[in-house]
Amino acid sequence: MEQFQTLRSGVVPLPVENVDTDQIIPARFLKATTRQGFGKNLFADWRYGADGQPKTGFVLNDPRYQGHRILLAGQNFGCGSSREHAAWALYDAGFRVVVSSYFADIFRGNALNTGLLPLQVTEPELQALFAAVAADSDLALTVDLAAQTLSVPGRSEPIRFELDAYKKECLLNGYDDIDFLLSQESAITTFEQNRPWIF
Amino acid sequence: MSRTLFDKIWDAHAVRELPGGLTVFYIDRHLIHEVTSPQAFDELTVRGLTLRRPGQMLATADHNVPTRHQNQPIQDPLSRSQVDKLTENCARHGVELYGLGHANQGIVHVIGPELGLTQPGLTIVCGDSHTSTHGAFGAIAFGIGTSQVTQVMASQCLLLDKPRRMRITVDGELAAGVSAKDVILHIIAALGTGGATGYFVEYAGSAIRALSMEGRMTVCNMSIEMGARGGLIAPDATTFDYLQGRPYAPQAENWNRAVAYWQTLPTDADAVFDAEHHFEASAIRPMITFGTNPGLGMPLGATIPVLTDVAEAAGLEKSLRYMGFTAGESLLGQEISHVFIGSCTNSRIEDLRTVAAFVKGRQKAPHVEAIIVPGSQQVARQARAEGLDQVLAAAGFELREPGCSACLAMNEDKIPAGAYCVSTSNRNFEGRQGPGARTLLASPLVAAITAVEGRLVDVAEYVQQLADV
Ligand code: SF4
Repeated sequence: MEQFQTLRSGVVPLPVENVDTDQIIPARFLKATTRQGFGKNLFADWRYGADGQPKTGFVLNDPRYQGHRILLAGQNFGCGSSREHAAWALYDAGFRVVVSSYFADIFRGNALNTGLLPLQVTEPELQALFAAVAADSDLALTVDLAAQTLSVPGRSEPIRFELDAYKKECLLNGYDDIDFLLSQESAITTFEQNRPWIF
Repeated sequence: MSRTLFDKIWDAHAVRELPGGLTVFYIDRHLIHEVTSPQAFDELTVRGLTLRRPGQMLATADHNVPTRHQNQPIQDPLSRSQVDKLTENCARHGVELYGLGHANQGIVHVIGPELGLTQPGLTIVCGDSHTSTHGAFGAIAFGIGTSQVTQVMASQCLLLDKPRRMRITVDGELAAGVSAKDVILHIIAALGTGGATGYFVEYAGSAIRALSMEGRMTVCNMSIEMGARGGLIAPDATTFDYLQGRPYAPQAENWNRAVAYWQTLPTDADAVFDAEHHFEASAIRPMITFGTNPGLGMPLGATIPVLTDVAEAAGLEKSLRYMGFTAGESLLGQEISHVFIGSCTNSRIEDLRTVAAFVKGRQKAPHVEAIIVPGSQQVARQARAEGLDQVLAAAGFELREPGCSACLAMNEDKIPAGAYCVSTSNRNFEGRQGPGARTLLASPLVAAITAVEGRLVDVAEYVQQLADV
């Protein structure tokens, strides 16, 4: 996994609630057996018409937001299927941070395991961010993971966000859970010797 | 100290608690399928790791498989390569595979229970959100992402924070024609798609106790649709009766020891939950969804709500625009062109029996395409043994071969753009059953009645006839 420390980037606003992973990456694109290449089908049904041409109304096709690496999305982002492909697709498309007021549990975990930061703010903060991006499509936010802050131009205090201390270390250093779990080998082996619920 | 069912299983599987709150959590059973495992196997190889406990894993091919001519090679090259990859990986790593053509093949959440692999007190994971289904047996079962699949492969453990505990109690008796599916659609409509996020839910109460194992699986299956990590139900005589004699269930003298252990699992009388909800079973009606998330459901005879909260109304409007409905409208009389009976929510033998009992001697409406996809080869065999295949065929229903099918439309079974499909599956998301498809979630009985009528009707009309069948 890649390290994540700080990021200064423009924002892609997607003010839709309950964005499910079937929208992020529709099931028919899950047939690949590698992790790469999902980015081109990110939000495929919202992004392309039946003829495969980009739909002009959709934000990812809007020239003003090209190259922006922070996705700003409505609450309960990533609900539905457990497909980690959703996080891979966002990552592959260049996103490194998703800001929302709520993330579905499995998506949050998948994102963290992919090196994509799910950054949770309050609902009023989220609405203020949508308003700020609507007013200035070039608005650049700064995410400082070590400090756990999101700085917004024109706002005196940065927004502080919460993140599990262990997950933060992992992201800062590019470690994942496997390294840690493998280090627990002897505890796991001891545990396995006594599982009285296995008959 | 008093503990809940969830706490008891959790505590037993906590290898180590780390400062900061995360737990190294042990996994007893790991189920895999072709879509979310190839990248996990690759990762293992890249890191030079091996499977820690291949004997605790079981694989099947379900998501991508065709539901016709399963004895022939898969036509779609990408689907075929994914299924081949699974076969290769399982052979290389020594994982038992119930693949296409095997007598035990089927949807992963249908075969685990029917083989007796799913047992009380176990921890079960799968790279699939509806793993919550297995909680019906009093197990901690939940879906994981592909990185976590690799973690379990390599270490048989996951690093988890402990979820909060919620209890949902449904007391009383269900009215005729109301099933487990209606119970869970009713609960999700009340709590919303995010209503149980961060919680592990225990379902309790006399109406839950009265459900068969099939019904309990339907309820637990959809826990994820309200954001829950999983759902579970205390094991009891219904659970034990279901399990006894199944191939992977404890045998001979182990059986009595197992039952004695399982009986210690139910929640202690004075245990405390972080949240509680109560529902009255007699108030639940046959349900239908009208929007593009499972929380947007209502009794069949009701009208689509008109919301006043601006933000919520905007979300609902987007959803209704996709569905072609308007707020305030009733759906009775709505013409339906497709009916799909299947998925890990409702494809078990009891579901097929319900459908067959209703359609016996009736005909599907001529304009309706009605397909029934059994959850497993075992369900399909049982249906044939009971003659249900004849009844369904005579009524114009197409009985297919097992798989996920139109639940997520990864194979050929897609609903055309714009078409309305009454589906017994669990998700009505935009495009879930094919690009542009419009899904209305319902019980197998409502689906069967809709197929015969060709439009949505008030199931109340049929209650008398139901009493007769
Ligand atoms: S039937 Fe549907 S919900 Fe169930 S495992 Fe298959 S795709 Fe997932």
